[in-house]
Amino acid sequence: MKTRPLAWEEFMEGVWRQNPVFVMALGMCPVLAVSVSAINALSMGLATTFVLVSSCALISLLRKWIPKEVRIATYIVIIATFVTVVDYLIQAISLTLYEALGAFIQLIVVNCIILGRAEAHASKNPPLAAIINALGMGVGFTLGLFALGSVREILGAGAWFGISLFGDGFQPWVVMLLPPGGFFVLGGWLLLFSFFARRRAGA
Amino acid sequence: MTIEIRPAPHLHAPRDVPLIMRHVVWSLLPVCAFFVYQYGLSALASLLVVTASCVATERLFARTGTQASDIGDFSAVITGLLLALSLPPAFPLWMGAVAGFVAIAFGKAMTGGLGRNVFNPALVGRAFAQAAFPQAIATYSPSFLPGRFAEFVPSTLTWPLMQPPELAAWLKVNRFDALASATPLALWKFEGVITDAEALLTSLSGHMAVGPSPLLILICGAYLAARRFLDWRIPTAILGAAGLTAWLLYALSPERFPNPFFMLFSGGLILGAVYMATDMVTSPVTPRGMWLYGALIGLLTVVIRYYGGLPEGVMYAILIGNAASPLIEKITQPVPFGKGPFARLGKTRMGASYPLHPTYISREDAGAEAPKKRIFIHKPKQEDRRSAEKPHE
Repeated sequence: MKTRPLAWEEFMEGVWRQNPVFVMALGMCPVLAVSVSAINALSMGLATTFVLVSSCALISLLRKWIPKEVRIATYIVIIATFVTVVDYLIQAISLTLYEALGAFIQLIVVNCIILGRAEAHASKNPPLAAIINALGMGVGFTLGLFALGSVREILGAGAWFGISLFGDGFQPWVVMLLPPGGFFVLGGWLLLFSFFARRRAGA
Repeated sequence: MTIEIRPAPHLHAPRDVPLIMRHVVWSLLPVCAFFVYQYGLSALASLLVVTASCVATERLFARTGTQASDIGDFSAVITGLLLALSLPPAFPLWMGAVAGFVAIAFGKAMTGGLGRNVFNPALVGRAFAQAAFPQAIATYSPSFLPGRFAEFVPSTLTWPLMQPPELAAWLKVNRFDALASATPLALWKFEGVITDAEALLTSLSGHMAVGPSPLLILICGAYLAARRFLDWRIPTAILGAAGLTAWLLYALSPERFPNPFFMLFSGGLILGAVYMATDMVTSPVTPRGMWLYGALIGLLTVVIRYYGGLPEGVMYAILIGNAASPLIEKITQPVPFGKGPFARLGKTRMGASYPLHPTYISREDAGAEAPKKRIFIHKPKQEDRRSAEKPHE
């Protein structure tokens, strides 16, 4: 344990041990709604990571000046600023992606992972630690979304990143593209994750 | 001779879970045999593959050590057989295997194994197949095709993850194109054709797209009920409620609704009522609760069939009934002897809830004093807090 640098531990905390999707089950609304295809899931995860890292950095810098009484409102304003940046950025890069993600880009504002990180970590730690922690959480969230989106796209459409994998005769699993499919896949991943976590704890 | 002092129960009935499950499997075997006789090789392959998938999944979850599970209790075999019987006989084998996996993994293992499942596993698997492969599950091959023991229906042997070939085209090539490949319920729902109820009851005549004979299922179910391996109240309540609802609607406007016997003998109503709704884990244990549960399922089945988008409604009705059964148990608790509304006139009854067995004597009944609730042991007394606050003022 001691051989690894502390920053790496901090980073892996969010990616693996406290993965926001698979362990803490936070931010389920975008996870279930946007994970219909791998590309949607990946871009949603990256957008959230960007907002998470930049708002945590800013909050950490300003942590001594933000009055305790209005801290939540302040965090929301900071987060909303970065969400607006991301909103315009995605619109500029790809309009089809923007339309596919829909209202969920704006809804990053109320993503509980971001507010939770701001409140629990960034408001108490120096900028570098806050950035590393937020980056870990963001990567963990992106991985979770990507895992869900890949399974749902492969089974639901027979493709991955829009590239057909099985040819024309593929039988799409209709349920995977519907909301119940999201719940099924999420349940399956949670099952797998807790199984490995338990085996690691037992070993 | 030694005399042991033991808590009750003192008498053990020589029946346990494996025995019950074994009897259910035996009673299902004639139904399966008839299914194979109707549909030949495809049905046999479907039964075997779905059951194997269920048992393998059960083994997988037992091996990972998350739950105690025993292949000897046959419960996965029952799930597999029921699932295969409820699917079309020429359902692609790979889809059947997926349905079997989902049935055990999501219907049973995820909630903690046998005895802890909320929903009937076979129906969870079927609901998943219905949602994932709606087209394949609606394609039903006709029964008693010539040469059914010599060759598979082509859709059975579809490659995994691939679409099954068109059944209608295959039927045309083999000059069966006059035959219906829709279930009697679908024929009624979408084309307004009502199949004769007597033909449905035995399902022996003609080339119909129906499951195993309802009459045979009733006979096998009667054996189980006579041996007390299932409770007769649930099928009776389901069939009674469904028949009554269908009859009422038929009496109101005979030209709009089919006759009640068609409703009772078509689709999977009899199979569901006898074998699926009576699953001991997911149905209420109180006698009045069983009547209520059955009536709910029967009513919902007819309502979904008449007013829903799909022709068949048994599966969803039973799943809703499963979800409601804890609630039903709660509101149909039997009143212990001497605790009825007239037993103690003049005395106010405390709002206590009683366990399910009437013979159980609760602590209050035995006259024992309940330990006083002391949640906050270290809670400071009112005076302490006041004195502690004083210095601040």
